[in-house]
Amino acid sequence: MEVIDLAWWKLALTALLILALAGVSLATRLGIGRSLLVAASRTVIQLALIGLVLEALFASSEFYWIALLALIMLLVAGREVMARQQRRLRGVWAFCIGTGAMFVSSFTVTVLTLVVVIGPEPWYAPQYAIPLLGMMLGNTMTGVALSLDRLNESVWSQRSIIENRLMLGEPWSQALEDIRRHAMRSGMMPSINAMAAAGIVSLPGMMTGQILAGSPPAVAVKYQILVMLTITVGTGFGTLMAVSWGSRRLFDDRERLRLDRLVHQKNQ
Amino acid sequence: MTTLTLDKLSVGTLEGVNLSLQGGDIVCVSGPSGSGKSRLLRAIADLDPHQGNVALDEIQQGSVPGHRWRRQVMMVPADSQWWYEDVGAHFEPEQRTLPSALGLPPETMNWTVSRLSSGERQRLAIARALARHPRVLLLDEPTANLDQDMTHQVENWLLEEIRARDLIVIWIAHDIGQIERVASRHYRIQGSTLEPVHGSH
Repeated sequence: MEVIDLAWWKLALTALLILALAGVSLATRLGIGRSLLVAASRTVIQLALIGLVLEALFASSEFYWIALLALIMLLVAGREVMARQQRRLRGVWAFCIGTGAMFVSSFTVTVLTLVVVIGPEPWYAPQYAIPLLGMMLGNTMTGVALSLDRLNESVWSQRSIIENRLMLGEPWSQALEDIRRHAMRSGMMPSINAMAAAGIVSLPGMMTGQILAGSPPAVAVKYQILVMLTITVGTGFGTLMAVSWGSRRLFDDRERLRLDRLVHQKNQ
Repeated sequence: MTTLTLDKLSVGTLEGVNLSLQGGDIVCVSGPSGSGKSRLLRAIADLDPHQGNVALDEIQQGSVPGHRWRRQVMMVPADSQWWYEDVGAHFEPEQRTLPSALGLPPETMNWTVSRLSSGERQRLAIARALARHPRVLLLDEPTANLDQDMTHQVENWLLEEIRARDLIVIWIAHDIGQIERVASRHYRIQGSTLEPVHGSH
């Protein structure tokens, strides 16, 4: 089965619908017209650009180009994790902890999946490596950002409790155990919910795309299962590392709670 | 005999505090609010970064992990915190018998924290600390929320426990009457120094 290519002018038809929606918004003073148009333009431009990049990448299949793209994806995700925390660690720590956790978990799980499970030739073949890493990073990013945000926010609001527990001679990890558990859970919940709802409430995007592109549903389903399981593993280990590194940094070598290491970002 | 030594301790605006306490000593510290009384206790419990040395007998503060120091040198803050639903969960299972001098029935251990009054919380916070057998007790206004009768009752209970366990106590107090009743020595924070108050004892 051949995929039906879409002509650009046909895409322009859908863009007209967006314009119509913006027009309605303007007429009814809903005030979303501007951000709608900006976001729609960004989608078109960003995706067109990444399409060009992927075309070039698939054509060359050089390892260092793939590694460079993977690095850029990682850094952008690291910046995003930092921006999504209302209170974050001061200095380079917020960026390093989030990025480090995503790097170790996403890259390990992606490489493992490529080498052991899928086995393309070579193992870094871009049509497998890049989409897989992208999905892994995207989900791990959400988990890491949610859990660190929750961790820092809870430590801030429950500082008196933590300090009272320290006063009674509890080790820092014990004084923080409930907060760490909750932070871990909020990072993992989206993945767990997505797995529970898959196929019943929602048809996952990747599987849908593969079916549209002509894959037999049975193959698409197998890939979807693989992706969901590995995403959950990547998110889980990434969140685990981010929470344990992040909480360690909130205490110093004397096990004192150091809230001076947190900064509050406004207008988020 | 246990000895707690503060050697040139500086924290916040307070500078160069030298103090030596023996088992059974109760040192009362007073001073205007904001003068750094609580921060002094926090530094001794090693909860805030500070300069100078603190030692309990031969043990230097920095030579043992923070939580092991604080197991020996325990602070009871002015506003005690409770993090489990039931009172009893904050105590070890074998420590759930309350001294009668607290004026609380034994079934208090099965109550939920939300039904405690602030005075009850304060008394239970002291009992919670004592149940963990510290050697030094740092009390931040331990009777602030209590009426006069209860204040006397808690004072007497504390004096008895301190004597029986040979505890070293630093006690932040406002009320000069209380200081005269409990203190073996009295210090006042004046500007950036801790100065002995003569005459009361």
